[in-house]
Formats: sequence, structure tokens, C-alpha cells
Amino acid sequence: MSWITDTLTSTIGRKVLMALTGLFLILFLAVHLAGNLQLLMNDGGEAFNKYAYNMGHNPLIRVVSIGNFVFILLHIVVSILLTRRNKAARPVGYKESAGASNSTWASRNMGVLGTIILIFLVVHLKGFWFEFKFGAVPTVDYDGVSFKNVYLIVQEAYKELWYALFYVVSMGFLAFHLSHGFASAFQTLGLNHKKYSPIISGLGKGFAILVPLLFALIPVIIYIKSLG
Amino acid sequence: MNLTLNVWRQKNTQDKGGFKSYQVSDVSADMSFLEMMDVLNEKLEVQGEDPIHFDHDCREGICGMCSMYINGKPHGPQQTTTCQLHMRSFKDGETITIEPWRAAAFPVVKDLVVDRSAFDRIIQSGGYVSVNTGGTPDANEIPIPKKIADEAFESAECIGCGACVAACKNASAMLFVSAKVSQLALLPQGQVERKERAEKMVAQMDAEGFGSCTNTGACEAECPKGISLTNIARLNREYLSAKLTSENV
Ligand code: HEM
Ligand code: SF4
Ligand code: FES
Repeated sequence: MSWITDTLTSTIGRKVLMALTGLFLILFLAVHLAGNLQLLMNDGGEAFNKYAYNMGHNPLIRVVSIGNFVFILLHIVVSILLTRRNKAARPVGYKESAGASNSTWASRNMGVLGTIILIFLVVHLKGFWFEFKFGAVPTVDYDGVSFKNVYLIVQEAYKELWYALFYVVSMGFLAFHLSHGFASAFQTLGLNHKKYSPIISGLGKGFAILVPLLFALIPVIIYIKSLG
Repeated sequence: MNLTLNVWRQKNTQDKGGFKSYQVSDVSADMSFLEMMDVLNEKLEVQGEDPIHFDHDCREGICGMCSMYINGKPHGPQQTTTCQLHMRSFKDGETITIEPWRAAAFPVVKDLVVDRSAFDRIIQSGGYVSVNTGGTPDANEIPIPKKIADEAFESAECIGCGACVAACKNASAMLFVSAKVSQLALLPQGQVERKERAEKMVAQMDAEGFGSCTNTGACEAECPKGISLTNIARLNREYLSAKLTSENV
């Protein structure tokens, strides 16, 4: 065992865990977004409710979603271990530091950005995931089959301006986390190449802008619709 | 030029230390930063004060000794060593803040002098090739493609100055270690100890208390020898493949 634990507790090993879990979360974000965009369909929620039902009942999806929780936890735990180590590596700081001249703001603040995302995640899971699973959700019938009307819960939630705004602002922070994290994960895994690194970097920037933007658009559109 | 210097003064490793302000007048724009410090120190000596201790040796940008964190950057505003920095990079009347490298692994010895033997111990742990070198071999006896030779040479340009550690928000030594692992991993002579080297040097780097790499790129931006982040990606590959395939359990 010792070589495995040695590897996984080394600074490089820990960063590899961050990169692998981070990349998995990135994949998850893309799938999650594709599902959520169904909230914008003009079908009274039928597509989204059926999708939500399938998500909760397909055994494969359930395994993946348990994996997803484990990976988020691992990403968070390792990020705390790394941040503590990194702080300890410089016990006395500089009086003057020109960090902005040699690195991006996002890259220097991944911990702060991650913490904000974590706060968002707690509110988000409490508001939707927990409600969908354990809350008193009204039902709706499609062709005589009864489904939980989770669509309705989402509509109600985003009618609140502060709630919709909270989502939009949180997605802004996610964008910054991804703007550094996406390409950084490849570098951590040693995947650096003259041909591909610029493409990965470009894809990362595109992903970091597009995905949070589309996520944020959902509460905005639902809020505007709710105004009548 | 007339300048105000805000310099970190610390008697020894135990001392708490603090900033002290000094005036230097009639500084020529053509002086190097170290010459300006010499002028100030001569004045201090005449006044019977303890001169400001700082490391320096070659004064031509190759030894890596002249560690000073100037106005928030290692080696000051230019991407060069402090000895190659000239006073024309500063304005008349400017206040310049000078601090030592800050890292748990680089304890302050006195004033601006830090102990960088952590780097030496990392090299001792695996940054060598153990073969009997014998007499001078014929050139081109071992064929090495030009591109690989150039790459190895670029990695070998690292002078061990520690600016990468000083610049990094995590005080990480990854750029230094990656350059030292790369220069040997790229060449045929380095193959025998390749896996062991990556494993041992990373283990020593961690044991010395350096931070991990967040890929901010501050090290590359501040390295006076232009060591590139591709070295860090290579170190990650070297380390992972060594850990997965070496026989050291
Ligand atoms: C959907 C959510 C998230 C995604 C997609 C994500 C993705 C990533 C990726 C791809 C990286 C780059 C890994 C590397 O540099 O190799 C990263 C780094 C990081 N993440 Fe996340 N992350 C998420 C949530 C979080 C949360 C909730 C936290 C903390 C509470 C967090 C803390 C960090 C930290 C501190 C780093 C930098 C580690 C370092 O390089 O020192 N992340 N993240
Ligand atoms: S990598 Fe660059 S900054 Fe770091 S020790 Fe070597 S020469 Fe100095
Ligand atoms: S004194 Fe040798 S590099 Fe500056």
C-alpha cells in the first residue's frame, strides 16, 4: 500500500486528485446543463419532469450520481489539505506583492472561488435536490402516469428576485473557477503539448464563459416570464 | 537620482525583524541595483551602522545568489537577476521596498540573506547521473537530436536562484525541480536513474516544506532564465509514470 498512499499524499498526487475530480465535475456540469435547458421548453414542464424521473430511477445514473457526490467531497477535502499546506509553506508573507503582474486573479483565488461555489452548492442542493427527493412535491399526470412536478418547484423558486440573482452571481464565480481550472487540470496531468495546449486553453475559456452563462440564463428567463 | 529604500532588517534567524527606511542620494541610472546597495552600505559603515546583508557572487547573472524581493517582485521589475537590474528601471524620488525571499523552506539568515540549502538537498536526493565519466568522450559519440539537446539545454539554464519559489503564492519549488528533472530525463545519460530521480526529488521537495503547484504561472513569468511551465508538465508525467511503473514499493 505504501507506494499508493505515498503517491496520493504527495503534492503532485494531491493535485492529480484535484484535476481528475475537477474534470469529472466539468463533465457533470455539461450534462447537468443539457438537462436543465429543458426548463426553458414551452411544454408546461413535461420534458423536464420526465427527465427528472429518469434521472432518479435509472440505476446507471444513480451510480454516477453517487460517484459525483464522492468526487465533489474529495475535491473539497483535497483542496483544504492543499490550501493548508500552501499557506504553511509561506508563514511570513510579503509587505508588497505584485501578483497581478505575473498571474491571473482567478488562478490566485481558486480557494476563495471554490468556497463560494460550495456555499452555492449547499443552498442549491437544499433548495432543489433535497426538495425533489424528500419534499412534498405536487404531482402531475402525463398520459395517465403520475410524475413529481419538480418543474413547478423550480418555477416558484425563481419567481423570487433574490433567489434568481443568487444563481446568476454564483455562476459568475463558477466562470472564474473554470477559467483557470479547465486548462490547469490538463497541465496537472502532464498533458501539455505544443499542438493541443492552445486548443485546450481555448476550449477552457469557451466552456468557462458559455456553460455558466447558459446556467444563469435559466433563472433569468423564468423570472422575466413570471412577471407576466 | 535620490531614492528612499524600505529594507527588511533581521539580526538572525530567531530575531523578529522589521523594515527600516534609508535615503540614498546621487544614484547613477547606470548603476546596477547591487552597486546602489554597495553605496548605501559604505555610507552605513562610515556611520558605524551594521551594513545590510545580502547574497551575491558572480554579479553577471549566472550564479543565482542575488535574492531580493524588490517592489513586490523577485529581482525587481525586470525579468532578470538583481545584479543585472539597473537603476534606470526606477524613477527619481521613488520608494523601493526590499524584502528577503519568503518561504518556510528558505529561512532568513540575516537581513536579505536566506538559506537555500533546501535546493541543494533536493539535488543531492537525485539530481545527478552516477556513471564513471572517464576521459573526454568524442563529440557525437552518443547521437542526440538537436531539438532534444536544445530542450535539455534550456532546462539546464536554471541557476537555482529561487525566484520561482519567491514569486509563487504557494512557495512551490516545482519550476526548479522540474527543470532539474527535465535536463536529465531528456538525455540518454539520464535514463538509468530516471524513475528513481523523479520519485526521490519530489519526495525531498515535499519534505522540505515547499507548497504545491496551482499552475498560476507566476514562476515562469519571474524566472530570470525563462524556464517554461512545460517543464512542470513533464515533471508531473515523470513522477506519475515513475510511481506507476517503478519497482520501489
Ligand atoms: C462544479 C464545481 C467545481 C468544478 C467543475 C471544479 C473544477 C476544478 C478544476 C478543473 C480545477 C483544476 C485542478 C488542477 O489545477 O489540476 C479545480 C481546482 C480547485 N478547486 Fe475546484 N471545482 C469545483 C468546485 C470546487 C469547490 C466546491 C471547491 C472548494 C470548496 C473547489 C476548490 C478548488 C481549489 C482550491 C482548486 C485549486 C487547487 C490548487 O491548484 O491548488 N472547487 N477545480
Ligand atoms: S527555475 Fe528559474 S526562477 Fe526557479 S531557480 Fe531556476 S532559474 Fe531561478
Ligand atoms: S550575483 Fe550571480 S546571478 Fe546575481
